[in-house]
Amino acid sequence: MTVVLPKERERPSGGLVVVGASLGGFDAVRELLAGLRADFAWPLVLVQHRMSDPDGLLVELLGAESPLSVSEPEDKDPIERGNVYLAPSDYHLLIERGFFALSTDAPVCHARPSIDVLFESAADSYGASTIAVVLTGSNRDGAEGARAVKKAGGKVLVQDPKTALSPVLPVAAIENTPVDGVLSIEAIARRLTELSLDWPRERN
Amino acid sequence: MAVPLIEHQAEAVPVGNSRDVEELEVELLLAGMSRRYGYDFTNYARTSLTRRLRRAVKEEGVSTISALQDRVLHDPVAMSRVVESISVHTTNMFRDADVYRAMRTQVVPILKTYPFVRIWHAGCSSGEEVYSLAILLHEEGIYERCRIYATDISDPILERAKRGVFPLRSMREYTTNYQAAGGINDFSSYYATDAENVVFRQSLRRNMIFSQHNLVCDAAFNEFQLILCRNVVIYFDQVLRSRVHELMHASLAKLGLLVLGKRESIRFTRVEPFYQEVVPNLRIYRRMQ
Repeated sequence: MTVVLPKERERPSGGLVVVGASLGGFDAVRELLAGLRADFAWPLVLVQHRMSDPDGLLVELLGAESPLSVSEPEDKDPIERGNVYLAPSDYHLLIERGFFALSTDAPVCHARPSIDVLFESAADSYGASTIAVVLTGSNRDGAEGARAVKKAGGKVLVQDPKTALSPVLPVAAIENTPVDGVLSIEAIARRLTELSLDWPRERN
Repeated sequence: MAVPLIEHQAEAVPVGNSRDVEELEVELLLAGMSRRYGYDFTNYARTSLTRRLRRAVKEEGVSTISALQDRVLHDPVAMSRVVESISVHTTNMFRDADVYRAMRTQVVPILKTYPFVRIWHAGCSSGEEVYSLAILLHEEGIYERCRIYATDISDPILERAKRGVFPLRSMREYTTNYQAAGGINDFSSYYATDAENVVFRQSLRRNMIFSQHNLVCDAAFNEFQLILCRNVVIYFDQVLRSRVHELMHASLAKLGLLVLGKRESIRFTRVEPFYQEVVPNLRIYRRMQ
């Protein structure tokens, strides 16, 4: 087998979806993944706040019902389309161009992994090709990151606070930046699919 | 006819957007730091490095990374602060209880076969894991014949590690970690406290040697039976990661052990075929050749 290293310092083509949900967001995440098709063309990277989970239980639970393959990335793993990546517990997950980087830096908004760190690093590395999805959340972690994604030219879709278990994060994101859609989870999944299909072919 | 002067002025047309400008600023700053001071951060993972530099911009009270460059080139003290800001990595005691338990059951028995054990703790930061290791080796009855060489890039951080002084408020979490990691004593018996801090016992510090070592450019300096380098290489890019793994391979005795962070591996490095994973999923490797 030939090992192909991900190319560094090169702008990736195609979109990247980053998703943030806080404690209690499991059902929202599960519903979002279930709404995607097995041929969804982009990588989807997920931070879900949680307690320490050394046995990777969450990845198993999510993988059981998702049409896409779900895994916890290791440091330097390449980011590949059609995969769902769940940030491992007790690390920040950062997006470099084409690969992941982990960090054990201090928690942000009491959270590690932090949604802000994921979103901001995606905005830095994927710029306008970043699509951020903000789901239910009981603190503000993610609101700054949503702003960074918009500033870089990307899109932000927010779960309708009325349908969210905890509206704090969706409301904070909406107040923090002009978002591209306030939608039900089902509608978010549909929009992601449309975006990925309409994306200019040469960029996919 | 008088022609307005303005029409003759060539206007510079910028290429790229503000993020491209920042990327350029980072490259220029890194080149400057390397040429002026010999600290080369070029091969650090760029996204997390850029985050740290933005933080340094705030801490220094300047407005851009270019302004930070101006300051560090002219002010060595500011340079030290920025190096510290880039290289401090939060760490804690007995992080990953399962790794420490595996060290007791799988690593210590191998170390016991040596009359004298040299250990390299690479990228030790403020020393929390060095003290954790010393406690573990003490409880397993082999600390007396061990020497722990603990290295880091930053001198001020090493000074902190050497003192063995940690905030008292962290001890509740560390005690829980210690117990989960298979600790057999009363954790508080290892330190003395005052109102705000704890200081670890001199007997733990006795076999530790702290010294400055830069994984970017420094060479192997000894041969070791055990190397720990946990959550350090995650801050490097592929190129530097490979270099560091080759350096550690060259520093490890045959059949010596390498312990990495739980979410990093030796995959895609040139030394990958030379190791065998001793404990599946815990990133404890043995050098086979």
